[in-house]
Amino acid sequence: MADRFDLIVVGGGPGGYVAAIRGAQLGMNVAVVEAEHLGGICLNWGCIPTKALLRAAEIHHLLHRLDEFGLAADNIRFDLGKVVKRSRAVAKQLSDGVGYLLKKNKVTVIDGRGRISAPGTIAVSTENGGKPAGEFSAPHIILATGARARTLPAFEAGGDLVWTYREAMVPDAMPKSLLIVGSGAIGIEFASFYGQMGSQVTVVEMLDQILPVEDAEIAAKAAKAFTSQGIKLLTGAEVSQVKKSKSGLTATVVTKDGGQEMTVDRMISAVGITGNVENLGAEDAGVTIARGHITIDEWGSTGAAGLYAIGDVAGPPWLAHKASHEGVVVVERIHGLDDTHPLDTSAIPGCTYSSPQIASVGMTEAAAKAAGHELDIGRFPYVGNGKAIALGEPDGLIKTIFDKTTGELLGAHMIGAEVTELIQGYVVAKTHETTREALANTIFAHPTLSEAMHESVLDALGQALHI
Amino acid sequence: MPISVTMPALSPTMTEGKVALWHKAVGDSVSPGDVLAEIETDKAIMEIEAVDEGTLGKILVPEGTEEVPVNSVIAMILEEGEDQSSLDSALGQAPPAPAPKSPPPVAQTPIAPAPVAAPSSAPPSAPPSMGRILASPLARRMAKDAGVDLSTVQGSGPGGRIIKRDIEGMRPATAPGPAAAAPVLEPGVVEIPHSGVRKIVAKRLTESWQTIPHIFLNIECELDSLLETRARLNERADGAYKISVNDFIIRAAAFALAKVPAINVRWTETAMHQLSSIDIDIAVAVAMEGGLITPIIREADQKGLAEISVEMKDLAARGREGKLMPEEYQGGSFTISNLGMFGIKGFGAIINPPQVAIMAVGAGQKQPVVRDGAVAIATVMACTLSCDHRAVDGAVGATFLKAFKGFIEEPLTMML
Repeated sequence: MADRFDLIVVGGGPGGYVAAIRGAQLGMNVAVVEAEHLGGICLNWGCIPTKALLRAAEIHHLLHRLDEFGLAADNIRFDLGKVVKRSRAVAKQLSDGVGYLLKKNKVTVIDGRGRISAPGTIAVSTENGGKPAGEFSAPHIILATGARARTLPAFEAGGDLVWTYREAMVPDAMPKSLLIVGSGAIGIEFASFYGQMGSQVTVVEMLDQILPVEDAEIAAKAAKAFTSQGIKLLTGAEVSQVKKSKSGLTATVVTKDGGQEMTVDRMISAVGITGNVENLGAEDAGVTIARGHITIDEWGSTGAAGLYAIGDVAGPPWLAHKASHEGVVVVERIHGLDDTHPLDTSAIPGCTYSSPQIASVGMTEAAAKAAGHELDIGRFPYVGNGKAIALGEPDGLIKTIFDKTTGELLGAHMIGAEVTELIQGYVVAKTHETTREALANTIFAHPTLSEAMHESVLDALGQALHI
Repeated sequence: MPISVTMPALSPTMTEGKVALWHKAVGDSVSPGDVLAEIETDKAIMEIEAVDEGTLGKILVPEGTEEVPVNSVIAMILEEGEDQSSLDSALGQAPPAPAPKSPPPVAQTPIAPAPVAAPSSAPPSAPPSMGRILASPLARRMAKDAGVDLSTVQGSGPGGRIIKRDIEGMRPATAPGPAAAAPVLEPGVVEIPHSGVRKIVAKRLTESWQTIPHIFLNIECELDSLLETRARLNERADGAYKISVNDFIIRAAAFALAKVPAINVRWTETAMHQLSSIDIDIAVAVAMEGGLITPIIREADQKGLAEISVEMKDLAARGREGKLMPEEYQGGSFTISNLGMFGIKGFGAIINPPQVAIMAVGAGQKQPVVRDGAVAIATVMACTLSCDHRAVDGAVGATFLKAFKGFIEEPLTMML
């Protein structure tokens, strides 16, 4: 095995493997160092397997609505083992697929944990022994080691009773009652899955709204939908103490009204994530680490020569697509490709695959106001959209926020069926600086949910047609 | 169908040009290869040649017209069998000839609510054919609101597209007031309009001097050994070449640049661009009438003295006539400005961005030097290296000069 490469990527997640493939496409001799499994958390323990679980929950939920559509079935039940097994099979298929892609692109995969041992050199050790499996050098090294669940001092997560996303993804049995701490995308997706599969779910959020990064109006609509499904939401609340017993646990939840004790079967801790910055040799190499993440500039450079960081380890938003894009930018920059541009942080979409789905890009209404914009806001409810009615999904809202003067699309916020697929329309528009008027002049196919996106823009102009 | 002759784009950045001279008159027959006219751009005068056979039917843009947009029709050629009538019908379709640019509207006054337009059969007026400007809808809108002319904006988006950030912070184009008449001249004073070259020289020098923190490093080189080598080489030339001191300087600078690649860079706001070690391109300032041009000896370290000499003579001659192609004077990483032939002892030059250094070369003059504790006579040439201090540290500049001096004083080392 050659010990010298043009580029070494430490970490084979959606940031790392994409960077490696792009490097190979540009003619570089690339190696990826991966400690566990190609595809990273995203493919193996995140984005993908949860989508498989949520699909099962969605079908399960629809089976309970058959009568609405004139259909009937008896004896509806599920086999949790099979649901989980399918989710794992999906993850495995995609992880294998990454291996195939890297092979196809002649990227060398080095198994083990990478550490910067000297400038331009990565020492790779195997998991248990810590014995160096070898040293590999390259003029350019990208750190893409990702992140892991953050833990709170009040309770330790990771185990039979208090789960992180990992345990929550492979349950042995359905918990009758479940307490979820944290209402970001991860917490809410699990709330939706377990709620639709029959658990009594309570979500505790420290801030005043669930889905704290989302627009307040959308978050309020989401809260209403979840509450009507029987999910209990406690905002402005914290878990101060957890007592474990043989079969379950008792958590003390503190709100402004005082403390209350809740006894549940299981808990999920989804209070955010922290970068995998340890044992990388990064600080010795001159890399700055602040609040659990590597500090980088707009080109992914850590400031140390030839050392870059991308994705979760380099800070929020912790999104696979942000990591992949950063990987491409860094590699193209290293290659000296003309017309490379830093990632536009104002146009990174965010999606939550709960039922209902939530998706957004750009500024919330509050953020846009705080930035000093005078706003034109468009709103269009799914109930005015023919396709939504036909699908039996009339609950949804599309909200668009424009600068009143320039017509710039500042943000778009959506809740309802398939909005995670729809959001891309606005992301393309925003990335290319399409204005309100240009969007209004665009033809949207009928009958589609996307017509509601058009109508929302028209509403911002005072020209909505179907409301 | 008469053939349109359009204003050519002589470089990727050219948006307009001046019709300097018509070589053909209306009624003259033209054959492929005939020079029709001369076009003056910011840096050069180029000839446009006829591609087709025919008769020059009409000149739409008279001599001396400036700021003629690229691709606009400047003349029509009649093919065999065509006459005035076919010209008339063709002109009806051709885009209108650009009038010499009139001042833009004074101010962007808010447009009053327009009455609903009456149905009209008149075709909408065609926008001026300026070539397509890539700009996002938002940038267009903001530029319009701010009164910014998009053709004056450098795009920073993908593919050079003009985006929001390029418009933000730009001031509206300050349109000259209608009464901004020419200043009254004192008796006896004659106004000479700026030539394209003069305008660009003025703009670039001002920009360079105002934005680049220059440092100046001086060194003296003894020329005696070089002069002797030169004499011996020229003796054997048999008329094939005549190597000048400047040719040695070009080669020495190229060798020094190869040795100190930290000078072979370009400065941009966001990053330094390191040029490849095969791109040792040396620009040489050549005086021309009404200005200055800097033709480039490409890969100068790969060329022998005779080759450099012959190439330089050709470039300088065509440069003086304003006949260089854009690729012959654009780019380069380093410039040499030599005023030695005028007897100038030493001077400092202004950097030509995005290059980061320029070397000003003075005259070789006999003067006393101290050698081994005794006074001796040597021919000494003073060189001043101006460096962009953002990109080049003093020590790096000094290393370059030391290497340069080494090659000049030991010309044999340049023969390797």
